[in-house]
Amino acid sequence: MARELWEGNMAIAEAAVRAGLEAFFGYPITPQTEILEYLSRRLPELGRVFLQAESEVASINMVYGAACAGARVMTSSSSPGISLMQEGFSYIACSEVPAVVVNLMRGGPGLGNVAPSQGDYFQAVKMAGHGDFHPIVLAPGSIQEAIDLTILAFDLADRYRTLAMIVADGSLGQMMEPAEMPPMRPVRPPGERPPWALTGARGRLPNVITSLYLAEEDLEQVNLRLQAKLRRIAANEVRWKEYATDDAELLIVAFGTVGRICQTVVREARAKGLKAGLLRPVTLWPFPSTRIAELAARVRGMLVVEMNAGQMLEDVRLAVEARCPVRFYGRLGGMIPLPDEILPQLEAMDAEV
Amino acid sequence: MATGQDIPPDMEPVYQYPESLTSRFTHYCPGCTHGVIHRLIAEVIDELGIRERTVGVAPVGCAVLAYDYFNLDFCEAAHGRAPAMATGIKRVSPDTVVFTYQGDGDLAAIGTAEIIHAANRGELITTIFVNNAIYGMTGGQMAPTTLPGQVTTSSPGGRDVRMAGWPIKMAELIGVLPGAAYVTRQAVLDVPGIRRAKQAIRLAFRVQLAGLGFSMVEILSTCNTNWGLSPLEALEWAKAHMVPYYPLGDTKVADAVRALMEQA
Amino acid sequence: MQEEILISGFGGQGTLFAGQMLAYAAMDAGFHVTWIPSYGPEIRGGRSRCTVIISDQEIGSPLVRHPSAAIVMSIPSMEAFEPAVRPGGVLVVNASLIPMRSQRPDLRVLYVPALEMAMELGSTRVANMICLGALVQAMSILPLETIEQAMDRYLGEPHRQWLSLNKEALRRGASLAMQ
Repeated sequence: MARELWEGNMAIAEAAVRAGLEAFFGYPITPQTEILEYLSRRLPELGRVFLQAESEVASINMVYGAACAGARVMTSSSSPGISLMQEGFSYIACSEVPAVVVNLMRGGPGLGNVAPSQGDYFQAVKMAGHGDFHPIVLAPGSIQEAIDLTILAFDLADRYRTLAMIVADGSLGQMMEPAEMPPMRPVRPPGERPPWALTGARGRLPNVITSLYLAEEDLEQVNLRLQAKLRRIAANEVRWKEYATDDAELLIVAFGTVGRICQTVVREARAKGLKAGLLRPVTLWPFPSTRIAELAARVRGMLVVEMNAGQMLEDVRLAVEARCPVRFYGRLGGMIPLPDEILPQLEAMDAEV
Repeated sequence: MATGQDIPPDMEPVYQYPESLTSRFTHYCPGCTHGVIHRLIAEVIDELGIRERTVGVAPVGCAVLAYDYFNLDFCEAAHGRAPAMATGIKRVSPDTVVFTYQGDGDLAAIGTAEIIHAANRGELITTIFVNNAIYGMTGGQMAPTTLPGQVTTSSPGGRDVRMAGWPIKMAELIGVLPGAAYVTRQAVLDVPGIRRAKQAIRLAFRVQLAGLGFSMVEILSTCNTNWGLSPLEALEWAKAHMVPYYPLGDTKVADAVRALMEQA
Repeated sequence: MQEEILISGFGGQGTLFAGQMLAYAAMDAGFHVTWIPSYGPEIRGGRSRCTVIISDQEIGSPLVRHPSAAIVMSIPSMEAFEPAVRPGGVLVVNASLIPMRSQRPDLRVLYVPALEMAMELGSTRVANMICLGALVQAMSILPLETIEQAMDRYLGEPHRQWLSLNKEALRRGASLAMQ
């Protein structure tokens, strides 16, 4: 398969199509509207479902409905729109239907701006909606990874009957990079929907999908089952990338675009004789805590770099458990930290720890 | 449950338990009209022979557990979102018959955007809208359909339209949308009304089956518990006060629906 | 080897398009490449702007503060990015719209009367390609033919009528840089 120059938003959209996406419901919001526009042409030409909803609230509930019917379905949005979808995320999580959501994060809080940000880390990882649950959260750092993780998101959502989120700062959606698109998977025919799906009770007892369990004992059992599933996901689906960590004395932890920016920082640091390395979490939930704890035992210090005020920082600190100093550098408001401002942070840490 | 097999060969069944209902007892208050409306829907689904391809969407409100009472594939939507959820189901499974069952708070307050846009898109779903002018499940608060002056637990001095606005006439509102093929208001306050309501529900499902557009049956209903009346008094109160404000009859019959009516 | 090329101007001057053609050519020549639109430092400096990074190894940061080359097509772009180019780098100035001279003796600066040259070819639309031709020639990162081939391959259907004009503009720009 040849490499082609793909823009991030379109790459995610086409990857979803190749993964067997049957239906997309969405609402325009910068900086990810290209996903919606692309699919508004692409899905109908393949005889699949595209619908522009009246709001993000409606979008996610259409996704919920289509997921209940057993279809491979997704929506995409950006930060303010994702906030509107949180009600639906919670219902989807409790009902245990598979769905994929893409969040190309922009500057916040409030209406913020349309510049790239990683300010929705907590929202995605810690509290995607009310109640006890986590979606699987995937954070690509390149266009190729955006394609690969989009495919993976559908597979994981199906395997665990859960919500899978792809989160990236908005710049990844606008960036172009050569990448290979996988071949088109066949769409599952309507006759092969999963046995739990709402397809009409033909020759079987009715299927009911609900998130309502009025009896405390029942809801506790549901929660225990969800927690057991989350532990299975945490045990099997942690993913991360490492760069120059073999002999690293100083470790940078950064995700998404910032992760790749820090790859440049590590190169420049190494050129100056600093033994720096990088760990880039690919899954933000489940988080690579075990690996970070291992590295914490043998590095002098860690530097967490994010496009927010220090959100993943908390998970790094929880993993490190004070085994080594953890410093933070972040930019806010849509500003992207560049290597020449991160490197001095690393050098300062080198002098102090 | 009585089934065809239990009936002696020399007798003809004239009244049976619908296959589309489960045999569970409902949680509805004695005197509540939800049970009647459930039964009408179940009878229509049975008569149209569509039980095995029908998917229902339950609301948040008194009918939140409707999926326990219908012998159908069913899901439970977030408050007001049933039309969006039904849209998702219908779009990916066009061969299924999809209906939402919603109360006045669900459809006419928190879910206004979803119902208006589903109707306006001509979504091929059927909505059964139960209007009893009050929030039942939460214990009798003012609904968007609560009548002027009507006392509720959140309008203790009676609904003051200067402060709380006017009751919303959803059948009229939806009826003006081009995507809505059949919209009607019925009442289940007496036997003739119940019969007419069934005919309307039947037509609404047939409109969906024929692919003619969105269909909705608003049904004036009672909440004797939260109105503080006996079941019979509640029926009379609804006739005396609700029917004058919410006139019964069709608010939209598209030409294609008229043709369908003439077929049967 | 890594080169970072910033192309900046007003909207409508074709800066993003020129950057994309460069990115396509670099990809086809087997390089790692990133193309990223208006982000990063000096956000107010160029209304329409992109950064193209071409490298023989995996690209880390898709943005740089100090690119190794820049095409500036408007006065605000000149003001914002002339100081940013790395010492020893290349600066292509659209001299038709930018009257000032560069204050950077440590750069190789090319003053391209892009609009006048484009008008000679019959369309001001190709000023961007004239500047790109000059840049590619001056930097010698890619043979000029790779850009032409990229245009052959990737120019969208509505723009194909401009194909030969764009190629000619590219060559004119390159020959100016050779002088």
